[in-house]
Amino acid sequence: MTAASLAAYSPDQIALEVSGVSKTFHVGTRLVPALQQVGFRVRHGLVTGLVGPDAAGKTTLMRLAAGLLVPDAGSITVLGMDATTQSLAVQGAIGYMPQRFGLYEDLTVQENLDLYADLQGVPESARAERYRELMHMAGLEQFTKRLAGQLSGGMKQKLGLACALVRQPSLLLLDEPTVGVDPLSRRELWDIVYRLVREQGTSVLLSTAYLDEAERCDEVVLLHEGRLLAQGTPVELRATMQGRTYEISGNNLEKRVLLAKLTHVPGVLDGLIQGDHLRVVMEDTTPPDLEILLPGVSGMAMKPVPPRFEDSFVAMIKSKSGGKKFSSPIPAGKIVPGIAQTYPGKPVIEVNNLQRRFGDFYAVNNVTFSVAKGEVFGLLGANGAGKSTTFRMLCGLLPPSGGTLRVAGADLRHAAATARERIGYMSQKFSLYGNLSVIENLKFFSSVYGLSGKRGTGRISWAMDEFELGNIADFTSGDLSLGYKQRLALACALMHEPEILFLDEPTSGVDPLARREFWARINALAAQGVTVMVTTHFMEEAEYCDRIAIMAAGEILTMGTPGSIKQQTRTEKMPAPTMEDAFVALILAHEEATA
Amino acid sequence: MSNGTSMGSGKMRIRGLVRKEFLQIVRDPSSIAIAFLMPIVLLLLFGYGVSLDSEHVPVAIVVEQPGADTADFTAAFHQSRYFNPVMYANTRDAEQAMMAGSVNAIVVLRQDFAKQLRDPDGAPIQLIVNGVDANSARLVSGYVQGAWGTWLEHYAQLRGQKFEAPVQMEQRVWFNSELRSRNFLVPGLVALIMTLIGALLTAMVMAREWERGTMEALMVTPLSMSEVIVGKLLPYFVLGMGGLALSVSMALFLFDVPLRGSMWVLIATSALFLIAALGMGLLISTIARSQFVAGQLALIITFLPAFLLSGFIFDIGSMPPVVQFITHIVAARYYIAILQTVFLAGNDWSVIVPNALALVVMATLFLGVTWRKSRKRLE
Repeated sequence: MTAASLAAYSPDQIALEVSGVSKTFHVGTRLVPALQQVGFRVRHGLVTGLVGPDAAGKTTLMRLAAGLLVPDAGSITVLGMDATTQSLAVQGAIGYMPQRFGLYEDLTVQENLDLYADLQGVPESARAERYRELMHMAGLEQFTKRLAGQLSGGMKQKLGLACALVRQPSLLLLDEPTVGVDPLSRRELWDIVYRLVREQGTSVLLSTAYLDEAERCDEVVLLHEGRLLAQGTPVELRATMQGRTYEISGNNLEKRVLLAKLTHVPGVLDGLIQGDHLRVVMEDTTPPDLEILLPGVSGMAMKPVPPRFEDSFVAMIKSKSGGKKFSSPIPAGKIVPGIAQTYPGKPVIEVNNLQRRFGDFYAVNNVTFSVAKGEVFGLLGANGAGKSTTFRMLCGLLPPSGGTLRVAGADLRHAAATARERIGYMSQKFSLYGNLSVIENLKFFSSVYGLSGKRGTGRISWAMDEFELGNIADFTSGDLSLGYKQRLALACALMHEPEILFLDEPTSGVDPLARREFWARINALAAQGVTVMVTTHFMEEAEYCDRIAIMAAGEILTMGTPGSIKQQTRTEKMPAPTMEDAFVALILAHEEATA
Repeated sequence: MSNGTSMGSGKMRIRGLVRKEFLQIVRDPSSIAIAFLMPIVLLLLFGYGVSLDSEHVPVAIVVEQPGADTADFTAAFHQSRYFNPVMYANTRDAEQAMMAGSVNAIVVLRQDFAKQLRDPDGAPIQLIVNGVDANSARLVSGYVQGAWGTWLEHYAQLRGQKFEAPVQMEQRVWFNSELRSRNFLVPGLVALIMTLIGALLTAMVMAREWERGTMEALMVTPLSMSEVIVGKLLPYFVLGMGGLALSVSMALFLFDVPLRGSMWVLIATSALFLIAALGMGLLISTIARSQFVAGQLALIITFLPAFLLSGFIFDIGSMPPVVQFITHIVAARYYIAILQTVFLAGNDWSVIVPNALALVVMATLFLGVTWRKSRKRLE
């Protein structure tokens, strides 16, 4: 269904109408187009998802709808009012939760509620009842006296939502409410949103960068790079992908090598690793032949699987960019096969009974694991589960309170500096210098790692070739697109040819194509024997790992291959759990056991 | 929404904002530090530590041939509270002491001091002053001349002679008869403290709302921008007046600074200045949306001028004309003129009224521009 066919709805069915909206920002001397000719409608009584990767224009659209920005062209009508000329009236009628929830961290839960009730003009007489209702819904009844700053991420998110709902609005705008929140809290938020819609008839516009969340919406508005890609129900948007998605499984072969081969076969639109399987999306519905897909590989099986929302998103952006495929940088000769299955030799990372105390609080307790050379190992957990603390200890940035820790053969208690020379680190927040050019950043990082003379220039030209940065060498890093920034950050982290690469949520919020490209590089590195350690609460990143450990409250709940972990949580009701299902089930079981 | 309810909830909204602001002030150690700790530290520092008077200046006295007259002369230095005399037998030792920085001046009495004293031409004494710090050099040289003159008069009287100077100066110091610099520094400090609370603290807490994303959430409520401004003005006005009460009581009871004018004039003009300072703080926050930038801007635009260009320490009359001209846009200048008058001279309306009018103009200007500039938009 397109925006045009939605015109059939009568005006009183429309909560929000965006037509022909463009918005450009001035950043320094440059013009950055955030939205170009975007038009769509949000219907009453439904949950509409504004879905797109980072920098798609979601937040700009939310702010335009809330009357906080003025569009350069086009108009926005909110509940029958113009968002630009009647912004005060619009703001009095909607509920709005900005990205960081808009809470005062030095106020208690109750004081935050009181403030927003005062601002929204909720009569004193109605408050007690409304507060009780909201606190019950948010599960915060016992925490009303706690400072908002001391709540967990998930609790903050629910308090933010309660504050936006304190005077029951007819339209609720939620700007990326699930970002940085663990999967369990995400599910709870979705439950609350649907209860609002079903019981109170609220209309909801919710933005998200997680494509899997699109499937939870009644309707989806798909944005990419400031343009509208599509609008419709998830089923409609998925329908075109019917009969084009397959799962390939087998044994005894390196999945990364297979994937690299697969993506070069004509007729294959997309391929990715799903734990122990490969997932393939074909360009059309012609049934593929395994012999053509993977010639000469035996013992493989292929079965059709239902399409997912991400498949259609990838298909849409690929068709827009003219079917351009990302380069898959696996050099054929350099592959070390079978690492994931056999883990030969001594482990590169060895952690035994690791502990880290802050006062009386154990941020990490009794954590034991080891990672083999060339393995991709993931640490999964909600905020506060102890991932980052473990990570910092592994990088030698934080001394452990107990236990042993060996990284690349060096005991981190005594030889942190030696170990750090062998470690590369990259986070999604790109610790690059935004006002330096690409080449200046590369030069800086090569000098930081003490690469001088021939070796330094050699590594810089390697980075320029390998990451195709040559024609943007003089661009200012801060102005690059997210995908290029990511390449540059990875190039900088690999400058000194580290044996171990630490990745901190490397592709959260990045568009699916850039994410595939990134992981293709990581896969190639792992195949060359680089050990990769990932922390994330982003389930899709977990699928790329050979093994993962799920952490909660400082301890490891379970550890194994993505497939085996999913297998653990398989029940009659849930015959094919996703990584997220498995995660939620494990956390819930742990909470029940400890309660 | 009917008109009646929207008016009622306007009051409710401001009440909510003010209550929130007070809770934040109480819980934020940095607000408390700027509002209460800084004033106390500044007052103690300037009240006890900083003095622009020169007392107990170390002076080397070289007596080449001691005698009754020289002993009498040096006794005059010993008795004075302005000097700490150190005796030297020759000039070279005294010069070394000056080089080492242990004395600030050298007074040399020559061998023939006693003889020449009886000559009609009189006895010359040599004075060498360390001129590195020009201000204290001038003070010291003045003090020595004064000490010399007094001694001479005394000496003549002792011998039953009449000491005749062609012009006699009868000196009387008004307003601050003891010439205590504390008496004008402490009232001036009140202006600095009000600037800190009004401009620096206000600009920072506004920037904090932008930084933490709470301003965005506030904006998508029925709040109008003027309510946001009033919601910030009221709490920090109260806090600033609290700072005033603290500084004035410390000035009166701890440092014994006299208050010769009326307390009401002091309070009323302080309120005016505080509104101007709050206006500056809010104006800065319309431009600066990070606490770092807001803090820097507030220091450079408000605090430093209040310190340097207001007449607090440096007399405006002796600044170059260009700088004097610039001082006219420094609100603290008008307030300090009022403060020093009210504390030390009394209710002198010829000073108070024009300066108060200037403050009214500045307060109106700053608040007016802030009002016009703040829109409920994120751009």
